[in-house]
Amino acid sequence: MLNFLARRLVQLVPTLFFVSVLIFSLQQLLPGDPALVMAGEERDPAVIAQIRQQYRLDQPVPIQYVYWVKGVLSGDFGESLRNKMPVRELIAQKLPVTIQLGSMAIVIAFLIGIPAGIISAVKKGTAWDYGANLFALWGISTPNFWLGIMLIFLFSIQLGWLPASGYVPLTENWRASLAATIMPAFVLGNAIAAILMRHTRSAMLQVLESDYVRTARAKGLLERSVILKHAMRNALTPVITLGALELGTLLSGAVLTEQIFSIPGFGKLIVDAVFNRDYAVVQGVVLTTATIYITLNLIADIAYVLVNPRLRT
Amino acid sequence: MTDAVLGTIPVTVAEQVESPARRAFRRLLKRKGAVAGLIVIAAFMLMAVFAPLIAPYDPIATSWSAVRKAPSAAHWFGTDDLGRDILARVLYGARASLVAGAISVAIALSIGVPLGLLSGYRGGFIDALISRITDAMLACPFLILAIALAAFLGPSLGNAMIAIGISATPIFVRLTRGQVMSVKVEDYIEAARAMGNPRWRIALFHILPNIMPALLVQATLAIAAAIIAEAALSFLGLGQQPPAPSWGSMLNSAQRFLTTAPWMAVWPGLAIFLIVLSFNLVGDGLRDALDPRER
Amino acid sequence: MRILRLAVTAAALLLSFEATAQTTLRIGLAEDPDILDPTMGRTYVGRIVFSAFCDKLFDIDEKLNIVPQLALSHETSADGKELTIKLRPGVKFHDGEPFDAEAAKFSIERHMNFQGSFRKPELATVDHVDVVDPLTIKLVLKTPFSPLVAQLTDRAGMMVSPKAAKEAGDKFGLKPVCAGPYKFVERVQQDRIVGEKFADYWNKDNVFIDRVVFLPIVDATVRLANLKSGGLDLIERVLATDIKEVRGDSRLKLSTALELGYFGLTINIAKDKNKGALSQSEKVRQALSLAIDREALTQVVFNGEFVPGNQWVSPEHPYYQKSFPVPKRDIAKAKALMKEAGVTLPVAVDMMVPKGAENEAVAQVLQSMAAEAGFDLKIRVIEFATSFKQAQAGEFQAFLIGWSGRIDPDGNSYVFMHTGAPQNDGGYSNAEADKALEDARLINDAAQRKAIYEKLAKTVLNDLPLIYLYHRRLLIAHTNKLEGYKQMPDGLVRVIGLKLK
Repeated sequence: MLNFLARRLVQLVPTLFFVSVLIFSLQQLLPGDPALVMAGEERDPAVIAQIRQQYRLDQPVPIQYVYWVKGVLSGDFGESLRNKMPVRELIAQKLPVTIQLGSMAIVIAFLIGIPAGIISAVKKGTAWDYGANLFALWGISTPNFWLGIMLIFLFSIQLGWLPASGYVPLTENWRASLAATIMPAFVLGNAIAAILMRHTRSAMLQVLESDYVRTARAKGLLERSVILKHAMRNALTPVITLGALELGTLLSGAVLTEQIFSIPGFGKLIVDAVFNRDYAVVQGVVLTTATIYITLNLIADIAYVLVNPRLRT
Repeated sequence: MTDAVLGTIPVTVAEQVESPARRAFRRLLKRKGAVAGLIVIAAFMLMAVFAPLIAPYDPIATSWSAVRKAPSAAHWFGTDDLGRDILARVLYGARASLVAGAISVAIALSIGVPLGLLSGYRGGFIDALISRITDAMLACPFLILAIALAAFLGPSLGNAMIAIGISATPIFVRLTRGQVMSVKVEDYIEAARAMGNPRWRIALFHILPNIMPALLVQATLAIAAAIIAEAALSFLGLGQQPPAPSWGSMLNSAQRFLTTAPWMAVWPGLAIFLIVLSFNLVGDGLRDALDPRER
Repeated sequence: MRILRLAVTAAALLLSFEATAQTTLRIGLAEDPDILDPTMGRTYVGRIVFSAFCDKLFDIDEKLNIVPQLALSHETSADGKELTIKLRPGVKFHDGEPFDAEAAKFSIERHMNFQGSFRKPELATVDHVDVVDPLTIKLVLKTPFSPLVAQLTDRAGMMVSPKAAKEAGDKFGLKPVCAGPYKFVERVQQDRIVGEKFADYWNKDNVFIDRVVFLPIVDATVRLANLKSGGLDLIERVLATDIKEVRGDSRLKLSTALELGYFGLTINIAKDKNKGALSQSEKVRQALSLAIDREALTQVVFNGEFVPGNQWVSPEHPYYQKSFPVPKRDIAKAKALMKEAGVTLPVAVDMMVPKGAENEAVAQVLQSMAAEAGFDLKIRVIEFATSFKQAQAGEFQAFLIGWSGRIDPDGNSYVFMHTGAPQNDGGYSNAEADKALEDARLINDAAQRKAIYEKLAKTVLNDLPLIYLYHRRLLIAHTNKLEGYKQMPDGLVRVIGLKLK
């Protein structure tokens, strides 16, 4: 086990190196001059030259890269070109918002996905099963942004039940906070619920056919207790691990969803930064996202090995 | 393999021994969902190809007197902010979506599969290098990667396809590599090696055919994802350029008129949903049909 | 014990009553502002926020007259090279520091010299600032520059607390300390900016609302939905197509003013590598201008709410040249001009259009109108971020772009039309135009300046380095609970005198 862990950790180093190179080349790929973008209407050559110099935009790319990596290693992600905020602070400000949104989405996904998966497995071949499968297909086939627009249309514009956009921190007013985030969280959770439902269904089917459950049945236990006590516990461990992994997917999904609902979280931060060519912010955010993703993957892998000792080679 | 026994009578071989592809297809047709998906996809393809014949109006002809009109007998789906017929634009928009789905996946396949083969079969340093780069790409949010690439290449449908294709590549590298790793220890590969076949031959003629089913399933599902990605990029203004219609950019302009002309947002969204659903249905069906465990 | 409990309850009631009695004005912005440092700010939306936090030396009224704010009066010397400004006494900054001549000198010098200052070009003619007495400063100029006072009605005239600015350095914008009606409280990026009433404000008797909160909400439909649901009290940049809805809602009010800026097509004249017909002959440009039905354009895209235009200022502006009215569409004449120019039809034009639904709609309307005169406008939508770079590099034949406008007509003309000026993307150069632009800067008398601008109009409207299309109407919607709101042509939201019922 220790061996496995050590190997995975060693692999992290080159991966993170490539992530940093990728992030930095992304910046170079983006067309347009950040200093010009920053200036907007106030384009004066002298001022722009000064900004370039100030942010080392006039230096060769490898040198910019070295400066950046040096900063990151000492915990300094640089500052936003657009508003001078340290990137680290920006991230600290935005991450909780997306985490709240993501947690709500995961809860919604679990609440919908797992019961639907269990029902469809237990009632395989019935209308219940078809219904659950249809739901899963709907979930993975609906474009996030369209669902978002339609929900705004229905619940905010037509019915006026929920605010169309904006965000209120949980600590400030939890009701308002939930009201503002329930639609985007549903949009995000909907897709994940579908994936979870499918995994739950197949895991349950496998477990239900296993000797273990057959024995339990043969012992004359009630069907309900077989399913609840024996089958579910075994089937759900991998599903929950998988659900945790979906947190990474959430960050990706949040990109558009936050844009549509004007939620000031991670996704909105990065899209705005890309369009404003706010390099330091793009780099900091992508690096954080990638690190979170890689860490979650690592945890999932370890969990898998713990569950499945045969893989420990 | 009961068919093989009957194969002793030479004349009937062609009829009796079913090729794996045929068998998979026959199985696929047994699945209602997959068949429905195939029909919808075929319908959309026909619509895309024959759009000029079916569409009641020119999709880019503006009409100042018919701006943002609700659905009616004259305009079944209504008109948009420039008085263009939405039905015609949805029909023509199928072209952008289908082409984008197919081409971006083709790009992803043509880069990802060779790299995956190389990585999985060669192993060693090359494998480590390719794997780590793949990991790095997978660690960045897919859409951000696509947005950055599309912005770099400049907004156009073609560039959006390239951007999506490249962003989707690591999935195929990883899948191919994993498949190769599991196939290469099989006996028939060992046999081929023993017979002195060169490596590239083994990779192309012995390994690749065996991992095809998995690739096919993934590719079908990837088309669905690519269509959504194209719509997302167009929605952000990085895909199909006006006045040419695309479902994503139609949704983009619809957003401004949600209160006054909600029909502008309904139809293109429904179209995306339908086509993506169909590809997912077919992908699922294929997965089951190609699964050797299910008979 | 019981009495104590009662007292506590009463106190709590009182507190909660006070809390509810606090009035908050929630303003929906169309974008997230950039840095809140008047020296480094660059965006239009940032200026809206500044008007709550940072007072300026001068302000404008509805008729564009310059009126005092932190200054009391100004006087330009006979040779035009000295501007003496008397300051308002008894003004305090948010940190309690006094506003005096030293502080004013500091602020202006900061705008002039601070690293990364975007005010530098605006104050480029200022040589130095002298303190005459504790409440008088004198700006000594290198050359006469009549638009200077107008510059001081905007960010270049905003006064910052010297103490806070020295301490914060280039981070001043994270917590601006000025002398405006509201004190900066906090900012959450892309979410909100909060200010509270400044108790020592010099004009505090006219500030009636306790708090002001700015909330950036990019989507116009969502912004309006929030206003209707009561989540916001005032929103800027209502879509022209949504006006009917605002007017139809008895709880809402619309305030409008015609903008100071314009929207138009910048034509690449000297930097076009392909030497397209548009760059080669003013006749072709005139034909394009005549092919456009500006009235229909504003009708279709903006429900007729915007005003067709043909000059760098709107037809309602005091500097508009009435002898050059907005041309009517004339396809026959356009075709004749094309024939005279001897170009082969259709004339393909690479039209660069910054991304955005309204821009794209305008572009498509132009495309179909110009087609009738033999133009093939090829729309190339480009990200806003990339457009400026390509514009500077001359990688376009026509560029659909607007200008937010400045109070002095110089700000709408010089930088776009003078030879080699920073925003002259098409490389236009005409000695007569240059002369007029330079002359207009030297003279303070309005009538004389107008006469000089007439010469400019004559030259430029013949050469057409820019085809002006329309002027946007500033559309502000607010709840009818808000009283006393007046929209000024600069688009800023002024909070003085506002009451919330």
